[in-house]
Amino acid sequence: MDVPAFFFTLFSTVMIVSAILVIAARNPVHSVLFLILAFCNAAGLFVMLGAEFLAMILVVVYVGAIAVLFLFVVMMLDVDFTEFKQGFLQYLPIGALIGAVVLVELFLVLGNWVAGSGSVAAVTTPVPPGMTNTMALGRVLYTQYAYLFQGAALVLLTAMIGAIVLTLHHKVGVKRQNIAEQNARTPADAIEIHKVASGKGL
Amino acid sequence: MSDTSWVIPFLLMIVKSLVLLVVLLVFIAYVLYADRKIWAAVQLRRGPNVVGPYGLFQSFADMLKFVFKEPVIPDGANKGIFLLAPFVMGMLSLAAWAVIPLSDGWAIANLNVGVLYIFAISSLSVYGVIMGGWASNSKYPFLSALRSAAQMVSYEVSIGFVIVTVLLCAGSLNLNDIVVAQDTRFGLLGWYWLPLFPMFVIFFISALAETNRPPFDLVEAESELVAGFMVEYSSTPYMIFMLAEYVAIMTMCALLTIMFFGGWLSPIPYPPFTWVPGVIWFTLKVCLFFFMFAMVKAFVPRYRYDQLMRLGWKVFLPISLFMVIVVASVLHFTGWGAGLGQ
Repeated sequence: MDVPAFFFTLFSTVMIVSAILVIAARNPVHSVLFLILAFCNAAGLFVMLGAEFLAMILVVVYVGAIAVLFLFVVMMLDVDFTEFKQGFLQYLPIGALIGAVVLVELFLVLGNWVAGSGSVAAVTTPVPPGMTNTMALGRVLYTQYAYLFQGAALVLLTAMIGAIVLTLHHKVGVKRQNIAEQNARTPADAIEIHKVASGKGL
Repeated sequence: MSDTSWVIPFLLMIVKSLVLLVVLLVFIAYVLYADRKIWAAVQLRRGPNVVGPYGLFQSFADMLKFVFKEPVIPDGANKGIFLLAPFVMGMLSLAAWAVIPLSDGWAIANLNVGVLYIFAISSLSVYGVIMGGWASNSKYPFLSALRSAAQMVSYEVSIGFVIVTVLLCAGSLNLNDIVVAQDTRFGLLGWYWLPLFPMFVIFFISALAETNRPPFDLVEAESELVAGFMVEYSSTPYMIFMLAEYVAIMTMCALLTIMFFGGWLSPIPYPPFTWVPGVIWFTLKVCLFFFMFAMVKAFVPRYRYDQLMRLGWKVFLPISLFMVIVVASVLHFTGWGAGLGQ
């Protein structure tokens, strides 16, 4: 077995096994950790395809940010997960059916799929020779489709603002810090000095 | 009929990695010693001075002490993850060194996306903290892990933007090319710390926060959280956490050197200074940055948690985002953005 084949087998085996363990693990925190392992192996597969930029972005975005949030939520939830497992057998037939349908569909689509002779030439933005894929992606996203990219960013921004507006509650009667006010304080308006006469108090 | 041409490069890579590992770990033993000595000097103490001449073997004595102690695993801890956490942390922090060029071309892997690789690896190191904190099955480590994860994630954002400005100037994600792009006849004055001075400062402060160094060491704020996410750790696992922390600090110093201080380049680009090997310049610069890290630890009081978050999100993020736009505009309209592969 040559080296690329060895690494492909390694990455894909670990990925499939950890993907199975994501749903099979009893402890939800273990599930998330296996999910992270699967992401890392997917990044390895990307590197093997020569898509090093995508690999690194996968690690930064999915593993470094999204999975951290998953882990936070799962760790903080105090749910009795054995309860969830009770209905496992009951839902197994439906789950298996859906899985089987998806699998058959995938085989139908990908099994006979061959890239047509004209399809490579018909790509709107071919990768220019002598360019790293970071540069090629950057040119497509930020130069060629800059306005569409900005549009997509605006949609995401709207969604983010929407989520914040929906969940933000301004409670009345909560003491809040005003940093500018705090910084503007001087000893003159923060401290009072009293001469206390002995035996009298204030 | 298998192809065996990979065997020799593979063995060479292993030998290089081992040499780097050993040199790095010995270097870190003395960095730890230097950290304690500088701290002591600021406070008019002597610092470690018993083991060996001037206490030079203190770090090795500490290492032996940790290794020979009994590792205590708490009863309710999730054993596997509890023991995995320090190793994840240690492995990730060492993995970052694979792409760091110590001199021209002296990197184990000269990756095209070297900066992104380091960024990805450092974004993973938060897992060591979360796993350790959660698996300890104790309140203080868990609270501290959540805190530190939030801290590391927040400061990664501004570090990312600082890196973007450097990339815009250098026109490459390759660490080697970033240093080469700073090689001008102005020497010290041609490095990126001068044109990108605000970003240099932001990166330095964010690096402190990212590596949980004082004044941002809220992870182990003794007065509130006992000793942070490492409370339940003892002996070797604890040592690996400590080691990983110092390796990460070294990585940040190396990144500062490469991105803003011209890596292995000589500050005065004329002989006899250019005769000095690049590795020596690189090491000297890393030591300089570590000295700054150590001094900050010695005389800056600890931040409060809300101040830390405010600094990250409300001060650094807008400034660095604005600077990305400024740098990009300047490069675009003056045509200085050389080497962008048009």
